[in-house]
Amino acid sequence: MYSEKVMDHFNNPRNVGELENPSGVGTVGNAKCGDIMRIYLDIDNLGVIQDAKFKTFGCGAAVATSSMATELVKGKTVQEALTVTNKAVMEALDGLPPVKVHCSLLAEEAIHAALWDYAKKHGIEIAGLKPPVADVDEREELLFRRPPK
Amino acid sequence: MNKRIYLDNAATTKVHEEVFTAMLPYFTQSYANPSAIYTFAGEAKKAVEAARAQVAKIINAGMEEIYFTGCGSESDNWAIKAAAEAYREKGRHIITTKIEHHAVLHTCQYMERQGWEVTYLDVDENGTVSLDALQAAIRPDTVLISVMTANNEIGTIEPISEIGKIAREHGVLFHTDAVQAYGHLALDVEAMNIDLLSASGHKLNGPKGIGMLYIRKGVKIHPLLHGGAQERNRRAGTLNVPGIVGVGKAAEIAGAHMEEKIARETALRDHLITRVLAEIPHCRLNGHRTNRLSNNANFCFRFIEGESLLILLDQLGVCASSGSACTSGALEPSHVLLAIGLPHEIAHGSLRLTLSEETTMEELDFVVDELKKIVARLRDMSPLYEDSMKNQ
Repeated sequence: MYSEKVMDHFNNPRNVGELENPSGVGTVGNAKCGDIMRIYLDIDNLGVIQDAKFKTFGCGAAVATSSMATELVKGKTVQEALTVTNKAVMEALDGLPPVKVHCSLLAEEAIHAALWDYAKKHGIEIAGLKPPVADVDEREELLFRRPPK
Repeated sequence: MNKRIYLDNAATTKVHEEVFTAMLPYFTQSYANPSAIYTFAGEAKKAVEAARAQVAKIINAGMEEIYFTGCGSESDNWAIKAAAEAYREKGRHIITTKIEHHAVLHTCQYMERQGWEVTYLDVDENGTVSLDALQAAIRPDTVLISVMTANNEIGTIEPISEIGKIAREHGVLFHTDAVQAYGHLALDVEAMNIDLLSASGHKLNGPKGIGMLYIRKGVKIHPLLHGGAQERNRRAGTLNVPGIVGVGKAAEIAGAHMEEKIARETALRDHLITRVLAEIPHCRLNGHRTNRLSNNANFCFRFIEGESLLILLDQLGVCASSGSACTSGALEPSHVLLAIGLPHEIAHGSLRLTLSEETTMEELDFVVDELKKIVARLRDMSPLYEDSMKNQ
C-alpha cells in the first residue's frame, strides 16, 4: 500500500527527537484522526533553518511525512520553508494512498506551527503564515489507572 | 523473512485439512446441482443434508431450522430485514447494541431509513450489555432484539441466555450474531431461547463464502434473495455444495473438540495477557478479563498508533489487527472501543491478537518480546509520550 520511499522513512525515520532550545516548536493534529505531530526548528540569526527534529503519534504515513518534511526544510530560510507544502512532501515520498493525504497536510501544518512559534518569539512576521490549532484529549489518564493490588 | 505467525483468526481461519479433503469430491465428481431430479444429483443433495445436520447439531437445532447463505453478513441482513418485515404489523421497533458488527449496525441504520425505530444499547467498560437497560428498552411495538453472542473485536461474551429469556417473556424475537462464537462456544438455541442465529463457515476452519442462519421453526421470515425454491423457498440461489460440505465438516470437528480447544486457547491467551500487562507499561486489556472468547486478546498501548504497530509486526511476519482508523481507511477508530468508553487517541492504539489451535507458546513469547521493543520504539517517537514523561 505504501511506496518504497514511505516505507524507508517509516522504518528509518530521519530527525526523530527533540531540540533542547528550539527557535520554534509546533504541535498539530487531531486525536480523533489519530495523528499528532510535533516539529522543532533551530533557526539561525539569518533566518536559516539549521536543524529540524520531530515526534509523531500516528500511522506509517504520518511518521514518513514528518521525517520527509524535516529533511526538506533543513537549510531553507523561514520564507523558503513555506514552499514545503503537503504536495511537495507527497511528491518527495513518491505519493501516498488517498486516505493518507491528510498526513501530508499535517506535516505542512506542523512546519507552519513551528514557524509561527518562532515568528511570535522573535516578533517578526512571515508573509503568508497562518496560526495553528491543536487538540489532545485529556480524559486518558483515568483509563490507565490500575486497581490497587 | 521470518516465519509467519498468524494471529488474526477472528478475521479468518485456515481451512482444516479434513474439511478441505471432504470438499474436494464436490468440485469435480459429485458436481450436480442438488436441486435436480436425476440420480446423479442425489449425491450432492445427500451431502448437503448431512452437512445441515452437522451444522444443526452443535447448537441443538433441528436440521430443518438451518438455512445456508453466502456469508455471515448475508445471514445478519436476512435475519434483521426480513424477520422484522414479517412482523411489521406488530410494530416497527428494533433493539440492538452499539458494539455489533457492521453487518448488523449498518443493516439497522438501513432499517431506520425505511421508517423503523432502532434503540442502540450502551455497554459497560467491559463491553457487556446491561439487562436492565434491555428490559427498559422493550416496548409494545418492539419486534426484534439483536445482540451478538461474542464481540469480534474485544472478545466479550454477552449474556445471551438471559437476553433470550427476557425476549421470550416479552414475546419479542431474539436474533444473535454468533459469527465469532459459533463452533467456539457451547451454544444451545433451545436452552438460550434463540430465534435466529447467524454464523459463518470461515471463522471455524471452514471455507469462505458460506454462511448459515438458524431460523426457529414457526418464526416468520420473508426471503432476502428471490428467484428460486432452494432452502424451502426461503433463500434463492444454487447451493454452494462444496462450501456446505466444508462447513458441515468444520462444525463436526469444532463440536467434537470444543472443550479441549477452549482449555488450550484459554491457557495461551491468559499467558499472553499476563505477560503483556506485566511487561509493557501504559497498556490495558480491552474486553472482559475472563468472560471472553478463548482465542481473543485486545490491548491498547497508550501514546502509540495501531497502524504503525501493525506494520512493524508485519515486518516480523506477525499478522494482527487494530481498531485504529488508519487500518480501515475510516476517519473514526473502532466503534466498539469508543463504546466501552475509550477516547479516540487511545482507541487508535489498539492491537487485537486472535489465536488458533495451532498457536504455540513460543510464538506468543516471541510476539511479546518483539512487541516490547516495537512499543518502546514508537513511544520514543511519540509527542504524547514525551509530554506525559515531562509532566511526571
